[in-house]
Parts: sequence; C-alpha cells; structure tokens
Amino acid sequence: MVAVTALDDLCEVVAEAPTVIPVGSRTHWEVGGPLTPRPDAVEVTAPDGVVVYDPADLTVTVGAGTTCAELTDVLGAAGQECALDPRDPASTIGGLLATGLSGHRRLGLGPLRDRVLEVRFVTADGRVVKAGGPTVKNVSGFDLPRLLVGSLGTIGVLVQVTLRCQPRAATAEWFSTTADPFAARRALYRPSCIAWDGRTTYVLLEGVAADVDAERNRIGAPAERGAPPTWPDGRHRGRISVRPAAVWGLADPLDATGVRWLAEIGVGTVHVATDDERALARARATAEAAGGWLLREAGARGLDGFGRALPNARLAERIRVAFDPTGKCAPGRLPRDDDDD
Amino acid sequence: MTIDDTRVLLADLESALGPDGARAEPLELALYSRDAGVARGRAAVVCFPRSGDEVAAAVRIAAQHHRPFVTRGSGTGLAGGATPVDDPVVIVTTRLNRVLEVDADERFAWVEPGVLNLDLTREVAHLGLHYAPDPSSQQACTIGGNVATNAGGPHCLASGVTATHVLAIDVVLADGSVARLGGLEPDQAGYDLRGCFVGSEGTMGIATRIAVKLTADPPVVRTLLLDFTSIEDAAATVSGIIAAGIVPAALEMMDAEITRAVEDYVGAGYPRDAAAVLLVEVDGLDGGVAHQVDSVSRVGLEHGARTVRVAADEAERALLWKGRKSAFGAIARIAPDYYLHDAVVPRTKLVDVLRQVYAIAHEQQLTMMNVFHAGDGNLHPLIVFDAREPGVWERVHRAGDEILAACVAAGGVLSGEHGIGLEKREAMPLIFSADDLDAQARLRDAFDPSGRANPQKILPRGSRCGELQRVPEGAWI
Repeated sequence: MVAVTALDDLCEVVAEAPTVIPVGSRTHWEVGGPLTPRPDAVEVTAPDGVVVYDPADLTVTVGAGTTCAELTDVLGAAGQECALDPRDPASTIGGLLATGLSGHRRLGLGPLRDRVLEVRFVTADGRVVKAGGPTVKNVSGFDLPRLLVGSLGTIGVLVQVTLRCQPRAATAEWFSTTADPFAARRALYRPSCIAWDGRTTYVLLEGVAADVDAERNRIGAPAERGAPPTWPDGRHRGRISVRPAAVWGLADPLDATGVRWLAEIGVGTVHVATDDERALARARATAEAAGGWLLREAGARGLDGFGRALPNARLAERIRVAFDPTGKCAPGRLPRDDDDD
Repeated sequence: MTIDDTRVLLADLESALGPDGARAEPLELALYSRDAGVARGRAAVVCFPRSGDEVAAAVRIAAQHHRPFVTRGSGTGLAGGATPVDDPVVIVTTRLNRVLEVDADERFAWVEPGVLNLDLTREVAHLGLHYAPDPSSQQACTIGGNVATNAGGPHCLASGVTATHVLAIDVVLADGSVARLGGLEPDQAGYDLRGCFVGSEGTMGIATRIAVKLTADPPVVRTLLLDFTSIEDAAATVSGIIAAGIVPAALEMMDAEITRAVEDYVGAGYPRDAAAVLLVEVDGLDGGVAHQVDSVSRVGLEHGARTVRVAADEAERALLWKGRKSAFGAIARIAPDYYLHDAVVPRTKLVDVLRQVYAIAHEQQLTMMNVFHAGDGNLHPLIVFDAREPGVWERVHRAGDEILAACVAAGGVLSGEHGIGLEKREAMPLIFSADDLDAQARLRDAFDPSGRANPQKILPRGSRCGELQRVPEGAWI
C-alpha cells in the first residue's frame, strides 16, 4: 500500500494499480459500502491548494485534496464562502464531493452538487479528464461533474474542482424556539436552515441585520442569539432521507428507537446517532417504513451501507463499467448488481 | 430506407397511438424538419403520444424498425438539438401537457414534459410560488425541452439553471424500458442519474414526467434601469456589482442597437440615445433589497451611469421587462434573418470580450446587437442580416466561429443555455480534449448503448476512442 500525491505520478500509478483507493482526510471513510479488502490496493491522494481564485468571478479552483478549512480561510479573506458545510472542516473537497453529502444550509442554499462547476479526474486507465466548465453557467456537453458527486470514488480519482462561491451574509444568527418547525418554514422567506429535534426548533437566518431581526420576530423567537443545535454524535451514525413532509411523522417512532436525531425541515434529511448499533438498525427500519432510507455514515459495521439495492441498478452498473471496466476503483463502495445484467 | 418501410412504420405507430397519433405527410415532415436553429433535417414519421405508455410504445416501435428517434417539445431550441437526423421517428411531447400534481407545502410539482414553462408559473401563482427558470421563450417552450437543454433565463443568475430545479424525472430509455431518476427525497443512493440526464439534449431517453422545485415568490422586488454612454462602462458596472458582493436576481445588458430597436417596438421607456442599458433586478426581504438597490446604484454611478431609474410600481417594472423579453420580436423589424449566439465568459473578462465581439462584427461587415445575461457572463451576440445577400452566410458563420474562439480564449465555454445540438458539435474540441470527449461518450452510451436516442448530437464524430476522426459531413446539414 503506497500513497501518491504528485499529479504527474498519479496517472501512472492509477493506470498500473490493480486496485485504486482515493483517500482524503478519512473524515467520511465509513460512508456507504465498506471497501472490499484487497492486498493489491493502492491508496492515492489528490493535490491540494488553491489553483485559481479571482473573487470578482465568484468562483474558485482548488486541488481536490484541499481541506474545507483551508478553502474557508482563503475565501473568507475576500468576504466570500462556498457553502460546503462539512461536519468536520478537516474534510477534503474531493472526499466531500465523493460522498455527495450536503451541509446543513441545504434548505436555503441548495445541495452540494449545485456548487460544482468543473471537475478534473483521473480515469481508471490513467488519463486526466476535464468535465463541466469554469464559468457559472454552462451547458457545453454532458454533465459529468454531477456523475462524480456522490460516486464514492468509483468513477475515477477527483484531482481538481472549480466551485461556485458567494458573498458572505452580513449577519448569520441561530435562534431557537418551541414554535412548530413546519409553521416556521411557511412563515420565513428563505431561511438557511430549520433544524428540529422533536422539541426545539433551531433556525439559521442570514442576511442584513434588519431582515434577520424582522424574520426572527415573525416566528416569535426570543431576541437573544441562540447556540447552533448540536448535531447528533455517537459511535454509530446515519442520515435518513425522506420526503420533507414525512419528517413530522418520524419524530415519535425515532424517539422510540432510542437514537438521537435532528431533522432538517423542508429538506427531508434526518441526522441520527447512537452508541447502540441495534438502535441505528431500528432507525433504518423506521425510515424505510416512512418511504425513505438511511445511509450509514459511521460505525454500525453490522449494517449494510445503504440498506437497499441501488435504484436503476442495471443502468448504474453500465455507467460504472463504462468508466472502470475491471472494477478497480474503490471496490465495494457502491453495491454492485452482478446478477442482473 | 424504402417508402414501404416507412409505410409499415407509420402503420405500426398509428395502431399504437391512434389514427391521429402519427403523420408522414410532406407538410408535417417539413414542419418538423428543424427547430428554431438553422440546421434542417428530415423525419421519417412524426408522432404525438398522449401518455408515458404511448411514448414507450413509440420508442419500442422505432427500435423494432431499427430507426433512431428524436424528441421534440415546442421546437424553440436554437442549437438544432431537435433537428431530425438519419430518418428518425420524431416524438413530439406537446400533447403531454398536464400539470399532474402541485404540492404547496413541499414546494414541488409533477408535470408532463409538454407543459409550457410559463403555464406552470401561472398555475401556481395563487400559491405564492413560481417556477424559477425563465428562458426568453418561456411563453412557448416546454419544460421537457428545458430539461433537455438545461435551459437558463434572466433569473437563473441567483436561482440557478434548470438542473437545480429538477428533483425527479420519469424517463423512457432508448430500449423502451422506464426508470425514475432522482426522487422527492433529498438524496438517492448511488449515482446522480437525474443530474446526468438534465442537459443531455434527448440523447439519453425521453422524460415523460418531471418533478420540479417551486420557488417562493420574493416579498420585495425592485427593478432598476441604468443607462450608459459607453458599452465598456456598462460592462465594467456588471463586473463591479459582482465584485461588490451583490448577486442580483437578474442582471441583463442591452447595447445601443437593441435598445433602440426595442424602444421603437414596444416603447418600454428605454433611453434611445444610450450606448448600453443594464436591467437589474434585486429581490428578497426589505433590508437586503434596499441595501442592494443602494449598492447597484452606487457602483453604476461610479462607472459612469448617466441615470439610475428604479421602477416605481409593478406596471413600470413589467414594462421594463417587456422591453427585454421583446428583444427578439423587435429584431424582425430590422432584418429578415438573425443568428443568435450563446457563449459564456468569466465575468471579469466581459469588457475585453465584448470589445473583441464588436471588432469581429465590424471586420465581417455585419450588423450585431447584444442583449444578454451579463451577470452570468452569458453573451448572446445577435447578428442580423438578409440571407438573400450573396455571401452573407459565409461571413455570419465566420463571425460566429471567431466569437466562439474569443470566448474560449478568455476561459469561457461554448454554450450557457442553448446547448450544443448540431450547431456547436464540431466546436466541442475547442474546450474538450479527446479524452474528455471520450468520457462524455461513455456516459451517453451507457444510457443508450443502441445509439438511437437523438443520434449525432452534442458529440463530434471521433469522440469515442477508436472512432475515425473527422468523418466528412453528411448531406443533411
């Protein structure tokens, strides 16, 4: 097992390695399916650092190995940000994009995949491919960047990405209230986040101070700035994805499973955590009963990564094989559909 | 392909879609031989399914007859994406025109692909919601066509193009099988197939139902008109606004020629003597809107704006927008033909690229107008001409090639919202290497191994490894 970082070497190593495992900061290492253990696996890491940043373009190009913390610092110096919002700022951009997991401001700012403008990745046979474009608007050719986001390393090794940035809001404040979170959702104009744990509603408002104040009044939240909610933590973690309206009905059943949970209202994401693996399994069953599913994010070795077959398995498998005919890229990360082709 | 073959194909389609479900008369074939672009082709048969099942039946019948198929909405596309190539079955989606479900709480709607863009917004307006992508053709274009081209529009600056507003798509794949891509849950396991499909210009299958995000109407909207005595000042203002940390809801620019044309046409109140005008819209909550109005005005005045006019009421705002959206109607009064380009440059390069674009038009002795989504860096140079003039097409094409080359040299891309289709297929190597194109071909072919879904679009010949480079053009173009 060797680690490679220089781009020049990377293509050669990827081309020759029987098995290639892209590695970032390992902050999302347990997301989804576990890697198939292979003695011949070669771990590779992407270059890091800012490649191009002109604040007046509101775009930034970085090596995929750049950490979110570093990007936040660079953009922050120009009063800008890229709303990636990983749970752990040590995450690399490439690792975060590979998991496709959106941050907590998805309600207001949209999902992670909408930030990505251009990607460069190394294919299984060691070629560098560019896809998308560096401008904020682009329909030139097929949307490979969206294929890469959430592909868990199975299409190729992300080495460089261009992201959309935005000006930082003048004010960003969390408020907590016992108000009905769904009523808050209806009352507020584009809140950045509404989180709810079944008892307390946490609202993140961003904008100019007068607007933040007026919106806060609208839902009757106390004027004191509140603390952000605590995102559930524990040895076993997962994220439920259900239709946004189904979150209401999940509250009691989730409490009954014994997990700690926090839902993003209006989005349909519910973060769950526990120290008891069986509780996470019960949370998955609860999610499935509500028409959703639970992605394993950490721990819970006894649980399947997704708890379900991939949708459109044959089509997905054709795509995977088109890019990686020998199955060398991050094997195991996405369930395979070997029997159905 | 014999006449008898086509007759059997027509009969099969008629038996599946009903007697008025398929046509092969010369008039229909001529009508459907092109979209709003310039490339003309030829359809074998045109059919008009009324349901997803009928779409699947049409695709299967095309397969049985070893024919490709081309999907078409209203035919407002400008890149030849719906131009029939290789004697295909043209599948028209305009009869699939129902809004199936509107959910005001979850803020989405299920629509059929033939629903007109503006009709959806009208249908949900009473709920305080709208469908955000607003191409200039929004009164005529279909949402299915918007999905195919990943359409944009003035308000995509802040709210994003079609891809950011599509949640799920039910599709018929080229083998006649059906699939749901994406979903109403925030995440799906596995690849983002929905994301791959949007913008694929009909080469991956046919959307039969689309779930789109609905957006809350902003509580406050302000529309500003800034006018300038030089186009450079207007372009510098655009860059200045973005650099000042303002992302307006829309930021449109019109040059002197088009401003006069529009004013003569609809009387929107634009200053006829301006070298350029900027139409800027900001929206949101009171405080933020006031701040943005101040900032935009200040940046404009710093860059030499002659006047900054803020629309006083909804009627004035509507009139200002009417001017912008009537631009293409206004042109018909100037010359019988026009060629509309679509390319994107980094916003910091706007001034420089615009200067080059005008120089190219001057050199080719062509009349050029510019009306475009300046805030995105999305240029729409518009060449107006009379096609009866000998040799003019050559100059129009030469100018187009040079404009694209200038945009690419500035770090730009080939299309911001019209797509590649046939029009820019051969320009793809300007921005993509052989390896890049090969990767795109792999994705396209994984969706449609048969290659029968809208063949020959987007990717130039030679995109697949091992394919011959530069096969001569067929006679159909």
